[in-house]
Amino acid sequence: MIKMNNTQALRQVQDDLKSQYDPKKKLVTICAGTGCRGYGCIKVKEELEAEIKKQNMDVEVRATGCFGFCEKGPLVIIHPEKIFYQQVKIKDVPDIISKTVAQGEVLEKLLYRDPQTNETVMKEEDVPFYKKQNRLVFGQNGMIDPTRIEDYLVIDGYSALAKALSGMTPEGVISEVKKAGLRGRGGGGFLAGIKWEGSRRAHGEPKYVIGNGDEGDPGAYMDRSLMEGNPHSVIEGMIIGAYAIGASEGYIYVRNEYPLAVIHLTMAIESAREAGLLGRNILGTDFSFDIKISKGGGAFVCGESSALFASIEGRAGEPRAKYVHAVEKGLWDKPTVLNNVETWANVPLIISKGADWYASIGTENSKGTKIFSLVGKINNTGLIEVPMGMTLREIIYGMGGGIPKGRKFKAVQTGGPSGGCIPESLLDLQVDFDRLYEVGSMMGSGGMIVMDDRSCMVDVAKYFLAFLQEESCGKCVPCREGVRRMREILEDICAGKGEEGDVELLEHISTGVADGSLCALGGSAPNPVLSTIKYFREEYDAHIRDHRCPAGVCKALITYSIDPEKCTGCGLCIKVCPTQAVSGEKKKAHTINNDLCTRCGACIESCKFDAINVK
Amino acid sequence: MVNMIIDGKNISAPKDTMLLEAIRGAGISVPTLCAHEAVSRSGSCRLCVVEIKKGNRSRIVTSCLYGVEEGLVVDTKSDRVLNVRRLVMELLLARCPESDVLQKMALEMGAKPQSRFVADTDKGKCILCRSCVRVCEEVVGVSAIGLFARGSQKTVGPPFHEQSDVCIGCGACVYVCPTGHIEMISTGEKRKIWGRRFKMQPCDKCGKYFAPVDQLKFISKKTGVPFKELSVCTECR
Repeated sequence: MIKMNNTQALRQVQDDLKSQYDPKKKLVTICAGTGCRGYGCIKVKEELEAEIKKQNMDVEVRATGCFGFCEKGPLVIIHPEKIFYQQVKIKDVPDIISKTVAQGEVLEKLLYRDPQTNETVMKEEDVPFYKKQNRLVFGQNGMIDPTRIEDYLVIDGYSALAKALSGMTPEGVISEVKKAGLRGRGGGGFLAGIKWEGSRRAHGEPKYVIGNGDEGDPGAYMDRSLMEGNPHSVIEGMIIGAYAIGASEGYIYVRNEYPLAVIHLTMAIESAREAGLLGRNILGTDFSFDIKISKGGGAFVCGESSALFASIEGRAGEPRAKYVHAVEKGLWDKPTVLNNVETWANVPLIISKGADWYASIGTENSKGTKIFSLVGKINNTGLIEVPMGMTLREIIYGMGGGIPKGRKFKAVQTGGPSGGCIPESLLDLQVDFDRLYEVGSMMGSGGMIVMDDRSCMVDVAKYFLAFLQEESCGKCVPCREGVRRMREILEDICAGKGEEGDVELLEHISTGVADGSLCALGGSAPNPVLSTIKYFREEYDAHIRDHRCPAGVCKALITYSIDPEKCTGCGLCIKVCPTQAVSGEKKKAHTINNDLCTRCGACIESCKFDAINVK
Repeated sequence: MVNMIIDGKNISAPKDTMLLEAIRGAGISVPTLCAHEAVSRSGSCRLCVVEIKKGNRSRIVTSCLYGVEEGLVVDTKSDRVLNVRRLVMELLLARCPESDVLQKMALEMGAKPQSRFVADTDKGKCILCRSCVRVCEEVVGVSAIGLFARGSQKTVGPPFHEQSDVCIGCGACVYVCPTGHIEMISTGEKRKIWGRRFKMQPCDKCGKYFAPVDQLKFISKKTGVPFKELSVCTECR
């Protein structure tokens, strides 16, 4: 890539790239996000390339960022027709090349089949999972090879930066971001423009901008997919932010357990530097700014701003009291703007298309779109991007396709481990920063864990508290000791050793931990407990008073039995039982010896006749 | 000077001081465990919390780290404040059931051990206030001890809990420890601390053992004062 010395040069490069681009040319894109890699998409890609070579064809196979529909990976799209294939296996490759790519023939068996209508869907945008999404930030992922800056430039990448540098003052950029109403995507939901303004006004040199990619919520991977799939969008946002606040140095803090994100970000930074988009005199202007990558060790608490600064500074990742804001004294006590990587990726859109356009999307106080990771007991696991204000029902039943095996929805945990569990009665809640907070949860970074009627809410609270106890840095007493004690009580309750008054004690500890902790990790740690008590109090009472786990999860409180009416004596459960607890003759009803049974659930999973009862 | 209302009274305090000093200066007592005058503050014990009001918003802050502000309305004994302090005491009593300091403090605050918490047996009297770590780093300047691990696994001690090469046996950590957790045994010519034995220096004049040889060597090296001049105890100097 040549070094671009002015905005005209950037336009020229973009135009040259566009002129080489033939929209009618055959192209195969394959999702190479982490989810699809897990399904073996890299082998599929190699096979596609080998097959194309074998058939002497001139077709590019492009490994792109994550498409989002992880449930159905590996995902392949044949362009220009945009035929969407899912769950592609190596053995499907010859047909894809010789039939679809060569002759345009659609392979029915690889198309997505809508379970509601039982009809196949040919194009990605018509699949119910994608239909109601508005993939402003995430949509480019599917067209870009994240290792090639050209792929970003050809879709007008870095045009927003050029616009800001050539026609906008730093104050103008800030006022645009303020007007757009962009709120931080990492958890707090603070207005980005206000943060930037504070930092611009603050005294001290150098100033820093930081991209927070320390996503650590169980089940959340939207930041990961963004950094892996479209690193330049994050970088462009950060450069614009740096210009606005007058920062000369930047960091992207990414956990080392996201190796692909680290690689792609590193490559993107290097190529942006080569192209004159980072470093001294960006696009020939007086503005200089560069980005370094800081790799974190994977501590959840390092996503907290002051702990993140400590980690970059080379100290243990522990938060400190933040009575002086980071915009004034952040990294190395210098003015610092820290935004989540998704927040940064929204910035080029705002600058390109304008604050008015951006503010027209979303709700009154939550603008734009949000990427959510939809996981747990949901048919369509994956990443979705929707306008703020979409209801939980639309997300879970519309895009998510509902609960597997037709089971009943019970709750959705939003906002990561320190978010809250939202019950069925609130399914019509419009998801935005304020509504989620009102019901005792939070936006967090956008994780959504869906639970069905086989999830025990006490067990869920115990799980999240265990996570938080392990991730607490241990600096302050309420979080270190309080979260541990809450976990111990929850463990007791799940083990049938709960006592009358435990719920009230949990509430007492929760209030003190929330009020007394030093940082937001402790401050929000009681949310899973408080929200499950608020909405599922009867489950706590059943455990404590009746020694019963209504969902059939807590092993100490349940027994397994076989319904002789339903059991056909097929013997499958005998085969799968790891402790030989099931016995019985063929074609006669089996029985379970509860002394041997470990309640692992293997028999339930294997039984085709729903004959295993849990009580 | 900055004017504030603390517990309903008009109080003024010098600019650039912390709320804790302003409150104590007004004759109002605030419990603390980790705020030692010799070291920088960490805000880890959370006992000094107070509730502040600005406009319609109120929040809990640690007074040892919150700077005074003009017009601030402070409540040092609100329900929320007392609830946090009570919880902190309950948690610490369960962690360090043998600490007489904590028991006395709890009694004064009206906090009782929470029977539902199973008392720890492996934490000694350490509340992880980190005053020892800070004094070793900031005042002594050797950083012989530090904090290990995370969360409830956190402990304090020399690296890998092995004998430290850099410890000078000065006992500053013992001096600042609020609960008396750190054990230092001085028996005339020997001192034992953090698992390491130190040779004591006898006073050239009175012959009394008064400081570890390593400590005097360290001071000599740092100040340039010859060791010989330092080997006289403070009483004979």
